[in-house]
Amino acid sequence: MEQFDVIVVGAGPAGNAAAYTLAKGGLNVLQLERGESPGTKNVQGAILYADALEKIIPDFRDSAPLERHVAEQRMWLMDENQSCTGVSYRDARFSQEPFNRYTIIRARFDRWFSEQVKAAGALVVCETTVTGLLRNDAGKVIGVRTEREQGDILAGCVILADGANALVGSRAGLRPEIDARNMALAVKEVLFLPKETLEARFNIGGKQGVVIEIAGNITHGMAGTGFLYTNKDSIAIGIGCMLTDLKRQQLTPGQLLEGLKQHPAVAPLIDGAEMKEYSAHLIPEGGYKALPQLVGDGWMIVGDSAGFVNAVHREGSNLAMTSGRFAAECLIDLHQAGKPATAANLSGYKQRLDDSFVMADLKKYQHVPDLLNDQPQFLGLYPRLVGDAARQMLVVDGEPKRAKQQRIMAQFRDKRSLLGLLGDAYRFWRAFR
Amino acid sequence: MTSAVEFTLPAVNVEEKLFQNRYRIDAGRPHIKVRNADTCTNCELKPCTVCCPAGCWRVDTDGGIELVVDGCLECGTCRLVCDEANVDWNYPRGGFGILFKFG
Repeated sequence: MEQFDVIVVGAGPAGNAAAYTLAKGGLNVLQLERGESPGTKNVQGAILYADALEKIIPDFRDSAPLERHVAEQRMWLMDENQSCTGVSYRDARFSQEPFNRYTIIRARFDRWFSEQVKAAGALVVCETTVTGLLRNDAGKVIGVRTEREQGDILAGCVILADGANALVGSRAGLRPEIDARNMALAVKEVLFLPKETLEARFNIGGKQGVVIEIAGNITHGMAGTGFLYTNKDSIAIGIGCMLTDLKRQQLTPGQLLEGLKQHPAVAPLIDGAEMKEYSAHLIPEGGYKALPQLVGDGWMIVGDSAGFVNAVHREGSNLAMTSGRFAAECLIDLHQAGKPATAANLSGYKQRLDDSFVMADLKKYQHVPDLLNDQPQFLGLYPRLVGDAARQMLVVDGEPKRAKQQRIMAQFRDKRSLLGLLGDAYRFWRAFR
Repeated sequence: MTSAVEFTLPAVNVEEKLFQNRYRIDAGRPHIKVRNADTCTNCELKPCTVCCPAGCWRVDTDGGIELVVDGCLECGTCRLVCDEANVDWNYPRGGFGILFKFG
């Protein structure tokens, strides 16, 4: 049997960041991917956050397949089928190089990232599903089992970058099974439009792009959000809801997405577009409180598999890449010092995470998942009240404005009581401060 | 003046959506299986039939479950929404299953 310094399970952003960094650091790396080629199993909105990739491949802009840089961010509160309240932020500085965020198409981007991994010297083997971990008598992870004949492979350390379902780690008993209460299901379509039509509809030119993040009753009372991102000549549109909410009602994910597409604020933007793919993916949104143990003897967990997602800011791939890089840097340090991958030695990975934005941001929002699960008014009632208030103030019908204002205030008190409003204000502040 | 309009979404033919996707089917080797068919028949809510984004889980004429995994998007939802832990869920063999063009 062949012995590698490290085996990386999975070729998404976390696995690729880890494998690339390790190979550049001179370690003997095997990366296993179950897809026909890297990217064929991976789904994201997708926004690429330049900072996280820059720290791994500083000149990525020269060769990576990027769609558009984000020139404008819109945030919309939408009801089920009639109204939309929104704010936009466009900034000329967003259109000055170096750009901070880009839209990407993950199948293309992941293939590019994997080419960089191979060029750095890692051995990348596709069409191979890892089915289990090999452990010695002391319980240390010493390799992986694949479905291939004689498919056991040994390594000094295994990095689990196997994605949101985290099957390998939980089946090996390294971590608890993932919990439906912490997972959101997102569905997405890619809709193609002529480039000129798309640019005219979104008021953009050149390589500018628009990102729209959507909340409100478009999720029919469930905790969830929608999105619409502009690529070069296509639009990515999607909607996601927490699984525990989804299973309590009768609307299918496909219906929810169709509802978003037919909403009067969205329909004209995608009119006439050709749908070329329908996809779905789980997102671990449990945050800080749902993180599993991250290291043990001979193993580390990175990316979605660990649950590194900042749901409030819609960030995940940057946390994935950063965690993959940290795991690799920790192993490179150990390799150079001639130290084995024991749990104690691998805690350097955890330390790097603790000292970075990854843990700082997850800790900051650690109360948000509970808030949204226990207090659904933040996602349902308030967006509706805000929309109703806007409509009443904007309709010109001869009624004095003060009377309108008083009625709006009465509607807020009627729906949520003064104490309820004050309590919500406190809970909101506590979760987001 | 608050307009709480009752609004429900029309049914969607998810097969039309899946038709746009690319798959390499592992014929005769489904990667998801029901552990015990009776458990599904006795399950009142059958959340898998609502939550699966690909519509792989259907109620059959006898009130049981019919599972066809050919259109599976490999998200893992069915495994997690089953309160009876009655879903034997694995990824397809390497190279098989959904092949995302865009992802």
